[in-house]
Amino acid sequence: MASIARKRSVLPGFGITLGFTVAYLSLLVLIPLAGLFWRSASMSGAEFLAAVASPRALAAYRLSFGAAFAAGLVNAVFGLTLAWVLVRYRFPGRSVVDALVDLPFALPTAVAGITLTALLAKNGWIGRLLEPLGIAVAYTPLGVTVALVFIGIPFVVRTVQPVLQDLEPELEEAAASLGASRFDTFRRVLFPALWPALVTGFTLAFARAVGEYGSVVFISGNMPMKTEIAPLLIVTELEQWNYAGATAIAAVLLVISFALLLAINALQRLGSRRLAGTSGAA
Amino acid sequence: MSGAADWTLGAPAAPSKRMDATSEPAWVRGGLLAIALGFVGLFLVLPLATVFIEALSKGLGVFAAAIVDRDALAAIRLTLLVAAISVPLNAAFGVAAAWAIAKFEFRGKALLVTAIDLPFAVSPVVSGLIFVLLFGAQGLVGPWLIEHGVRIIFAVPGIVIATTFITFPFVARELIPLMEEQGSEEEEAALSLGASGWQAFRRVTLPNVSLGLLYGIVLLNARAMGEFGAVSVVSGHIRGQTNTMPLHVEILYNEYQGAAAFAVASLLALLAVLTLILKRFLEWRMGHAARAA
Repeated sequence: MASIARKRSVLPGFGITLGFTVAYLSLLVLIPLAGLFWRSASMSGAEFLAAVASPRALAAYRLSFGAAFAAGLVNAVFGLTLAWVLVRYRFPGRSVVDALVDLPFALPTAVAGITLTALLAKNGWIGRLLEPLGIAVAYTPLGVTVALVFIGIPFVVRTVQPVLQDLEPELEEAAASLGASRFDTFRRVLFPALWPALVTGFTLAFARAVGEYGSVVFISGNMPMKTEIAPLLIVTELEQWNYAGATAIAAVLLVISFALLLAINALQRLGSRRLAGTSGAA
Repeated sequence: MSGAADWTLGAPAAPSKRMDATSEPAWVRGGLLAIALGFVGLFLVLPLATVFIEALSKGLGVFAAAIVDRDALAAIRLTLLVAAISVPLNAAFGVAAAWAIAKFEFRGKALLVTAIDLPFAVSPVVSGLIFVLLFGAQGLVGPWLIEHGVRIIFAVPGIVIATTFITFPFVARELIPLMEEQGSEEEEAALSLGASGWQAFRRVTLPNVSLGLLYGIVLLNARAMGEFGAVSVVSGHIRGQTNTMPLHVEILYNEYQGAAAFAVASLLALLAVLTLILKRFLEWRMGHAARAA
């Protein structure tokens, strides 16, 4: 340890860059975040509980977490399929499809929100087809889920894709030569190698979806108790100058976000340990 | 390219008995491909096309009028201004953080790397709220600042701060692994040849990481220009003053000016397409596969 530090200390600039990093991080991120906890700690226990556990807040968490979970599952299934197809098959337009996967990262959420609403409203291109079947998407929890599926698409694909690319073909060949069917090979050989990445991708998509706002507010209809997500409830409380209520709900969301961040870090460490030795591609 | 058998429509089901043990039967491949492409068509291609179709649905005249509208131009200017401040700030931070983290060993490094990721984990709405709690009229330092004539919330500075918070990790995240991979030997060689630390950084490190830096900046810029939730909380939605492009889209949409809303939205969608093209180009130049941002 000491020898590494000495070897590396040949380079200058450690003090100034680390100092700048820590100062900038503290001023912009750590102190403002601490402010939120300080503010919610100054509320009385009863006050805090009334804000975070009101029936309206509970309904909002249920919708936010339920829809994020459902959207994560949809993305796990289709994301795995998409990653598989992109890595294993050659077809015309493959690189365009590959590039398009990142669209939800690049397209502003408000644009995604109004577009999905226009498509899925009763008179929209897709909504028109679904209405005769009695399926309403816009302004229902289903619409919230659709928006969350959209914004979560890149996560599963981009976590599974590199793992799939780095898998050694020998494993599959060995399984096949030992008489395993293709399905058995997938279930017993490929899936065990892929699942840490799949779970990481799911968790990333889930974490993003729980806090998502822009793409959801347009399509959800924002009816309290029915289609009101937790981030929207924070905005509503703020607009009514109820700072305490907004802060308390935000503190709950923030604690959950941090827990998810730690879980994702742990999953990624697990994934990279499993892949140790096989990850050659930079 | 193991197992990447060419998938061609209607290819004769060749010697099906000894078919590649590491690929699937043709019908499975066709089915998976149809499912994947159907999903992409429905969730990605159709929405992207819809933005442009809706933008032009009332004709070019309405489209152009929506964009040269006074408030729209003010929103475009503000969006550019915000990006022009947040992007260089976070790029400078990213370079400094990557230098400290990748080139040196110190205690608490793992914690620092996790802390840098924090803004990605926080809901955009909460990101806006924390600055309202600091700088708002009922905030910690807000009343004092307002007394001295400094307005941050419901004004441009708040929008800049919230955007900078949201986009904080992009460049650091890109550069830390890249610089770690490159090690310090080249810089050490430069120093031993008499270069100053600054020269070693400018002549050796910067050219080595320039593509990665650009990559981070492209992603950072797209998010800075497109951020909605955090900015919406701190902006106050004052037309012509504190409306960024995404907020202007929202106002037009809520006023039932659909075509105008989509006209402004189509500019943002163009930016997104441009971002994807640049991203792909840089990935190709760097020779690595696509990754999650």
